Amino acid sequence: MRVDDLVQGVLGRDRRALARLISLIEEEDPVALDALSRLYRHTGRAHIIGITGPPGSGKSTIVTRLTSEYRRAGKTVGIICVDPSSPFTGGALLGDRIRMQEHSLDREVFVRSMGTRGHLGGLSRATSDAVRALDAFGKDIVLVETVGAGQSEVEVVEIAHTVIVTDVPGSGDDIQAIKAGIMEIADIFVVNKSDLPGADKKVTEINAMLDIDPGERGWRPPVLLTNARKGEGIPELVATIAEHYKYLKESGLLEERGLKRSKEELEQIMEYKLTRELLTKLQGRPEYEGAIRRIASREEDPYTVADRLIVEFLSSYKEESSE
Amino acid sequence: MSSSKKIRVVIAKPGLDGHDRGAKVVARALRDAGMEVIYTGLRQTPEMIVETAIQEGAHVIGLSILSGAHNVLFPRVMELLREEGADDILVIGGGIIPEDDIPALKECGIAEIFGPGTPLSEIVEFIRENVKL
Ligand SMILES: Nc1nc2c(ncn2[C@@H]2O[C@H](COP(=O)(O)OP(=O)(O)O)[C@@H](O)[C@H]2O)c(=O)[nH]1
Ligand SMILES: [Mg+2]
Repeated sequence: MRVDDLVQGVLGRDRRALARLISLIEEEDPVALDALSRLYRHTGRAHIIGITGPPGSGKSTIVTRLTSEYRRAGKTVGIICVDPSSPFTGGALLGDRIRMQEHSLDREVFVRSMGTRGHLGGLSRATSDAVRALDAFGKDIVLVETVGAGQSEVEVVEIAHTVIVTDVPGSGDDIQAIKAGIMEIADIFVVNKSDLPGADKKVTEINAMLDIDPGERGWRPPVLLTNARKGEGIPELVATIAEHYKYLKESGLLEERGLKRSKEELEQIMEYKLTRELLTKLQGRPEYEGAIRRIASREEDPYTVADRLIVEFLSSYKEESSE
Repeated sequence: MSSSKKIRVVIAKPGLDGHDRGAKVVARALRDAGMEVIYTGLRQTPEMIVETAIQEGAHVIGLSILSGAHNVLFPRVMELLREEGADDILVIGGGIIPEDDIPALKECGIAEIFGPGTPLSEIVEFIRENVKL
């Protein structure tokens, strides 16, 4: 599929073109970047909601319930579910859709499952590009589900405007996981499975932790109780998400974060492109292989060689561009 | 081409019969063979399966069926795929399917039918050889 068709397809709300674009993003195909660069000015309209937490805590069920609420309100929804790929085989079993069957025939709901694969730019690159594709497609709401609490999940969650962290009653251990980094990223806590014993205790525990470390923000993360299986507490969750978005806008944080994200993204892309160009020029060339051997035999040191190669690369670049 | 090109397989269980042990075993085997397997659960209609395969960018659909409705459900899946212009997707079937029914199913576009007890490696190999990436 040509870039033109891909871009026109996505803007024309052809879900096959959208699916194709996300595949190309996952395959790190350069065509995807061409398409995304042309779609960029059509993005920035979706409210992106991240949801993370331990496996089995009810994330997919909550996503399904939220989707029903948003659809009832006439909003279109895109969903991305990220699950870990096996580091050994690269394979993945992606089962989040099982909980989302009730939306599978709703043309205004698009669900995509992603494995973490071994992405060059980290998991966040592919995921944030896929989110961007859904945004350009015109989705009002984009929900991103990831398994907590590793570093890559924290990265993914930084794509989102509003981050929901889920937990369940009991499971004293994951309070530890929360302490190890999830605490800071949560805008809303959800204690799901309120039908199980110990739900109120869990809410109290999280609130106590928030008392100790309220952070410097003007938004104290609310702790909500839900029974996602029955849909209890979901309307309250939807209202809280909307409140948080309103807070982001009114406090100027939305704009501030947008600037920060744009800067980070630009720098990340430049770093990626520069490194790729440099390495394509060097790798396989005899001088380069020779330098590596001299470093290994201690005739040269990597610091000096790196400086020299970069200077050579930059000056060859200048000559090329002035030609 | 890129190293992260992966075979994506939707495993679906059309029809009303109630358990999916066989489908899960196949799903795990394909994952262990390095594929990305989207598992959709029980009681899928052909419409749901085809929509899922499109959204997920699937290269393969694996249909598992025990209820005997394969002569209706399988051709319907193929028909919908053709309507969507997505009939480049490789469709394979498994479950309990009488020998006599197989030629007609292949005629309508099902690439292969794997009966109970087929070695999993055979399914993996068939997909690798026939998938269009
Ligand atoms: N008891 C109870 N079970 C729930 C609730 N919400 C979800 N579940 C069940 O918890 C299991 C895991 O849910 P799932 O949404 O797949 O969790 P995920 O792994 O975090 O996405 C499923 O069997 C759900 O039906 C709830 O509020 N109460
Ligand atoms: Mg899930």
